[in-house]
Amino acid sequence: MVEMPKVILPAVEAAAAPAPTFTGNRALQIEEPLIFEIGSTETTGVDFEEVAETETRLGGLERDDAIGLPGLSEPETMRHYVRLSQKNYSIDTGIFPLGSCTMKHNPRLNEKMARLPGFADIHPLQPEKTVQGALALMTELSRWLLELTGMHAVSLSPKAGAHGEFCGMAAIKAALEARGEADARRVVLVPVSAHGTNPATAAHLGFTVRAVEAGPDGTVSVDAVRAALGPDVAAMMLTNPNTCGLFEPHIREIADALHEAGAYLYCDGANFNAIAGKVRPGDLGADAMHINLHKTFSTPHGGGGPGAGPVVLSEALAAYAPVPFLRRDGDALRLVEHEADAPDGAAPFGRLAAFHGQMGMFVRALAYMMSHGADGIRQASEDAVLNANYVRARLADVLTLPFPKGAMHEVLFDDGFLKGTGVSTLDFAKALIDEGFHPMTVYFPLVVSGAMLIEPTESESKQGLDQFIEAVRSLALAAKAGDAARFTQAPRFAPRSRLDETRAARELVLSYQEKAAK
Amino acid sequence: MRYLPHTDADRRAMLAAVGQSDIDIDALFAAVPEGALRRDLPDLPRAQSELAVERVLSRLAARNVPASSVPFFAGAGAYHHHVPATVDHIIQRSEFMTAYTPYQPEIAQGTLQYLFEFQSQVAALTGMEVANASMYDGSTAAGEAVLMAHRVTRRGKAVVAGGVHPHYRAVIETVSRLGGFEVDVRAVDPATSFEADADKDTSCIVVQMPDAFGRVADLSALAEKAHEAGALLVVVVTEAVSFGALKSPGAMGADIVVAEGQSIGNGLNFGGPYLGLFAARKKFVRQMPGRLCGETVDHDGRRGFVLTLSTREQHIRREKATSNICTNSGLCALAFTAHLTLLGEAGLRKLARINHANAVALAKALDSVDDVNVMTPAFFNEFTIRTPKPGAAVIDALADRGIIGGVPASRLWPDAPTLANAIVVAATETTTPDDIAAFRAALEEVLHG
Repeated sequence: MVEMPKVILPAVEAAAAPAPTFTGNRALQIEEPLIFEIGSTETTGVDFEEVAETETRLGGLERDDAIGLPGLSEPETMRHYVRLSQKNYSIDTGIFPLGSCTMKHNPRLNEKMARLPGFADIHPLQPEKTVQGALALMTELSRWLLELTGMHAVSLSPKAGAHGEFCGMAAIKAALEARGEADARRVVLVPVSAHGTNPATAAHLGFTVRAVEAGPDGTVSVDAVRAALGPDVAAMMLTNPNTCGLFEPHIREIADALHEAGAYLYCDGANFNAIAGKVRPGDLGADAMHINLHKTFSTPHGGGGPGAGPVVLSEALAAYAPVPFLRRDGDALRLVEHEADAPDGAAPFGRLAAFHGQMGMFVRALAYMMSHGADGIRQASEDAVLNANYVRARLADVLTLPFPKGAMHEVLFDDGFLKGTGVSTLDFAKALIDEGFHPMTVYFPLVVSGAMLIEPTESESKQGLDQFIEAVRSLALAAKAGDAARFTQAPRFAPRSRLDETRAARELVLSYQEKAAK
Repeated sequence: MRYLPHTDADRRAMLAAVGQSDIDIDALFAAVPEGALRRDLPDLPRAQSELAVERVLSRLAARNVPASSVPFFAGAGAYHHHVPATVDHIIQRSEFMTAYTPYQPEIAQGTLQYLFEFQSQVAALTGMEVANASMYDGSTAAGEAVLMAHRVTRRGKAVVAGGVHPHYRAVIETVSRLGGFEVDVRAVDPATSFEADADKDTSCIVVQMPDAFGRVADLSALAEKAHEAGALLVVVVTEAVSFGALKSPGAMGADIVVAEGQSIGNGLNFGGPYLGLFAARKKFVRQMPGRLCGETVDHDGRRGFVLTLSTREQHIRREKATSNICTNSGLCALAFTAHLTLLGEAGLRKLARINHANAVALAKALDSVDDVNVMTPAFFNEFTIRTPKPGAAVIDALADRGIIGGVPASRLWPDAPTLANAIVVAATETTTPDDIAAFRAALEEVLHG
């Protein structure tokens, strides 16, 4: 392999104070005010067609108070948001190596397809015969999800991963109710390394959480599961590959042990990107799994959403999928929107959201699947795993690895290498910002001290990875060499230096208040 | 595969760096149990070119009837409004669209500032003190509001008034029942859709305004009734444009306001992605679900924004969190706040006035059809009509004539025989006099032709 030239970082003098300007701006870094400080309630950037004045039939409920909404003209609006956008890091800006979040390239073809009026401009309650193309798309997406996971049924309703967890665990609860065991089985097993959504979901369904420790190799053993199992256990929620970036090698035995004990296996599908097209959770004994379309199938994360979290279900749980769902009726596709209309054998547990799921995300995900094909999806998983292993191999000598072997699509380091340097994991992350990179996930999973979880994804080229690796190496060496100031004062070149999060929580300001009112 | 940057030479070099032979990628999957590793999934298609994918999906899209292509009157929780081109351009800015949750605030000030502006706008619209940084949609926000009222009051029963959208009611029932408490649902008769009682076990009264039939009413007395019993009043709004015309829920005594924000800045999208608005009185802020963005300062004293009160959330509190939500609808919230910035107060009020005027004109036109009655005396941009034939059959026949004439009430309330002939009809700023005339003529023909 060709070695990249080492990045030599210039020595930093004392903390660089922000260069003073009269405006507070720094060239292209503009201090953008709030819309409330630049807009007026009289200004509007929208022209309307005139309508004839008519009588009012608002029942005497006219809003007569001032609302207090600032308006901007169209050019001012554009400038405000473009300036704000320039204060953001994004996947189109550079690598976003957030472990467990899967930030990959967002193809613009997906955006173009989702904006076709035939998808974007149809109403969820218009007659079914006028939306047959949309129902066909949902059917085709379902087919892909079932083939990729080896499962029996799918619910497209959930609007995000955690919503999907709720859906899958609700199906488990409904199955237990049908067996007359809902009152007896109130415990859900959750590994300590699990996403916080798992215990939160279980609790919101009235379950009690029983933690399962991982072994010294970072994975869950069959014995640990057996020890936690009992007649009170409803299910286990297991992420695989897990949040340490490791494939759970005993998952089949774990599934068998759960099933023998009358419990179900819920798979957290957040890390499906590592195995899509290569391993089918249904073949491993999963009973339910959500699929984050925004992660594995690249619908944009949009600063926190929207997501989409369809849930695939095993034969044992298929009957309990919520309404609405699709049904073929001769040549036509129909929606079953009410529990009373469910076909024989179906026993929906209820309804999760008003309409039929995240259609806009379904279009994007299917466009992505069709572009890759099954062969490309498998290649993407392989490249994602290769990239993580490459990062592992090239950083293993300067960072510390908590587990002796293995990495799937993400690799976990801990803060052992920072011991005695005066540099914290958070400082290290902030210093990466100054180098032009979004930091990795830090302090998660909770099973190791000062976790740093790096997930490059398949989108990153070897050259791009080499640049990232060299930056991390240089920082690690600088920390060990005693250059703590570089870290504790970071970031120095971001739109903001370190923000006071304690003050934000203590002196809560959650909306604009006029200066005079303060 | 056009999205994957590696050449085979890259892959070989990288495999060598990790100490594997240059052909055996599967060695990296050694932990997968025997026999579970697939070489192929033969029932799925192979990779396709951009052109091929576009062709297939465009043809599927062409089998649907877009709202903008026909006279269109369906509402019932999703509304056909115009979105300015500027809004879609803004949300397609790479730095907004492809960013993650703002966990590193120093390089996410763009997202955080617009979320703060969004929260401020939502608080103003709803007449409440605090708002969160958005939820999945209006219906799931309604479910979260009921769970929150349960946490605040520590009482086990929610009362849902009959005028609440039946899908919202179903979501509330589902999350409440699975969470282990009771929901008491009132009648669906439009005449009683704002009526509900509270007692010492009631955590909240949930009421929708305008209701699912389009009717409007003053909720002050209901708020008083709830508060006298020690319960909260949760107000649901499915048409956010109505905030520009109607007295705010906060002014009528609401404790929690949840709304569907789709109407402002977001398209119909066959039901999603949408945007849930969630606002409350400040004293309940620590019991709120979802994300909150707060103002603070940086190390150099400059104003900045961060996610705050995250000790309520699942990534810290795990099973004790206020909700399991770790996604908001950030990009949909951006569309909402950008559109509302373009509108401003003057524009929103005018938009609301036009919506109402068109609905009044539509009601007059439909009322003039023999045997058709408008059942809703006071409304914003949506109302219910009764026809002499089953609503579903009428809508079906109208669709054959190229008109989407509303939502048959039987699709929403299949168990209410008194509503079999009712249709929920909406007008917006997109409704033209020609559309109204075409609807009236087609309805006349379907009923009496």
